[in-house]
Amino acid sequence: MSETKRWDLRKTDYLERMSGAAPYIRNGKVVAAQDVTKVLEAVIRPFDRVNIEGNNQKQADFLAEALSKCDVKRIHDLHMVQSAVPLAVHLDLFELGIARKLDFAFGGPMAGRVAQFINEGKLELGAIHTYLELFARYFIDLTPRVALVCAYEGDASGNLYTGFNTEDTPAITEATKFRQGIVIAQVNRLVDKVSRVDIPGEWVDMVVESPGPFFLEPLFTRDPAHITDTQVLMAMMAVKGIYQAYGVKSLNHGIGFNTAAIELILPTYGEELGLKGKICTEWALNPHPTLIPAIETGWVRTIHCFGGELGMQRYCEARGDIFFLGPDGTMRSNRAFSQTAGHYAVDMFIGGTLQIDKYGNSSTATANRVAGFGGAPNMGCDAKGRRHCTEAWLKCGEEFVSQGEYLGDMPRGKRLVVQMVETFGEKMAPAFVDKLDAWRLAKNANLRLPPVMIYADDLTHIVTEEGIAYLHKCRGLEERMAAIRGVAGFTEVGLSAKQEETDALRKKGIIRTVEDLGIDVSRANRSLLAARNMYELVEWSGGLYDPPARFRNW
Amino acid sequence: MRKQLNELNFEFRADAPKDFPSEFLHYGVVGSGDMEIIMEKKPLGGAVRVKVLTPVSGFSEVWRRVLGRFVNDTRIGNASIEINDCNATPVVGSLRLRQALSEIE
Repeated sequence: MSETKRWDLRKTDYLERMSGAAPYIRNGKVVAAQDVTKVLEAVIRPFDRVNIEGNNQKQADFLAEALSKCDVKRIHDLHMVQSAVPLAVHLDLFELGIARKLDFAFGGPMAGRVAQFINEGKLELGAIHTYLELFARYFIDLTPRVALVCAYEGDASGNLYTGFNTEDTPAITEATKFRQGIVIAQVNRLVDKVSRVDIPGEWVDMVVESPGPFFLEPLFTRDPAHITDTQVLMAMMAVKGIYQAYGVKSLNHGIGFNTAAIELILPTYGEELGLKGKICTEWALNPHPTLIPAIETGWVRTIHCFGGELGMQRYCEARGDIFFLGPDGTMRSNRAFSQTAGHYAVDMFIGGTLQIDKYGNSSTATANRVAGFGGAPNMGCDAKGRRHCTEAWLKCGEEFVSQGEYLGDMPRGKRLVVQMVETFGEKMAPAFVDKLDAWRLAKNANLRLPPVMIYADDLTHIVTEEGIAYLHKCRGLEERMAAIRGVAGFTEVGLSAKQEETDALRKKGIIRTVEDLGIDVSRANRSLLAARNMYELVEWSGGLYDPPARFRNW
Repeated sequence: MRKQLNELNFEFRADAPKDFPSEFLHYGVVGSGDMEIIMEKKPLGGAVRVKVLTPVSGFSEVWRRVLGRFVNDTRIGNASIEINDCNATPVVGSLRLRQALSEIE
């Protein structure tokens, strides 16, 4: 007789691991902070897939520290699957030998160490993902065995309140728990009753009150004082030549100063052009402080947030018609849903980059930093599964001349994917290059492909101080390259432009310069910004916005 | 040690130049990443003479192109231009020149 096949090995393994942790669990699911390392040693096995929650915003930093204190003889060669590795301790795990392999989406400040460790053989890189792609793999082939998450509040039954900074927690806990994995949460406060149940207690195995609140990075705060006149000029060009021209209603903005400038000229320049209600009404966006003046003047109808932003909590709660609030009155962000919204439901993505090559591929990768792109590529691409129509999407599709080569006479819309760059960046580094540094990084860090943020075939527009290139209107690669050269200014790529060619593209409306757009350059200065510094943002918010200390410069 | 400023000198001549329309013009400030421009009418037989003082080395060719294009696009002539630069990018350079001229036009 054949042996009976067992179908509960994961459950058995789960119970076995949990029995090792049992001596440390008191009062329901509570673990004391000083016991956490012992608990981790009890429930984690060598070669496990482990998630430490953390993206470009909130971090389960206490649990990460605790993991780094584990005995490497007991816990080693872990496969880390996590959104980001921005903390020193994330890389220390590899230095110590506790972790071995990494699958992630965003390197942030540790990007240089990631590249170095790959080179030194301390870190084996699985892949650099986009956020949605990584979350997707949590449910296919990268499901964590143990997840270390963080929350504002937790109770003895394991209920978590993640509130304003819910971010990745639902995606991680769902993937982990429903495959019989173990979820451990660090909470800022253990409470009798959580403000709101964001994660049900059944999904959480252990709760520990951390000695300090989890680390939170104000990544989306841009001080208007640093916005330059050139950025104001480019903002005017974008508003007139793209937002107005297509009637872009739903969108996402990148985190740079270029898009901050656009947010700040909506109540001034946008108002003058009579665009209120016609553009920028629906957003997938973090709570950008620089959007406050546009919200206050009635430009914005709704904003769904990937994450929270330090200092914006009270403001968001007081603007319940705009943000997504729970029955308790506080906001809930959700990265997986907001990324999905940014992929399928917005007309346009606009953001900056470090380099664009002569074909229109762009990347923020440099030769020695494995930075990753977070969520930008989920929005900076044409959503091929999209079927609903909006005016902007239809117009961009109509202008996309080479579509017919694949679809015949079948009409289809197209997402606007816009890169906005000054032709020279910091330290006179040219934004337009013959070959992306991503190629050198691929060689240095032994990657199978150069990391590209936005591929040329998804890019529809480039905005520089020289003009706007409408790339999707081009017929074929040669014409597209000429359009790119035509707006590349005094970079090497730009200097190779032929005047007759650029003039012909201007006639066709494929390149539009400041003059073509009818913009008065003398008005391109900071006085057009609705708020010129952090203090004015606070004033616009009626005192509800509370900037982090490092931005309090008045 | 103090860093030496580079002095760059150029002369340009547009096709069919128009006389510079003002006796004297001062525009901009020498803030970080920015520059000031002093433009004066000068009988130079239609040419434009430019002196650039800049802390940045190795960008003389880029300056030549930025300025050359400005002179050609605007067709100004009989002018002397002095630029005191503090690490402005070519982008800022072009913008400030255009803005300076729009002050008088």
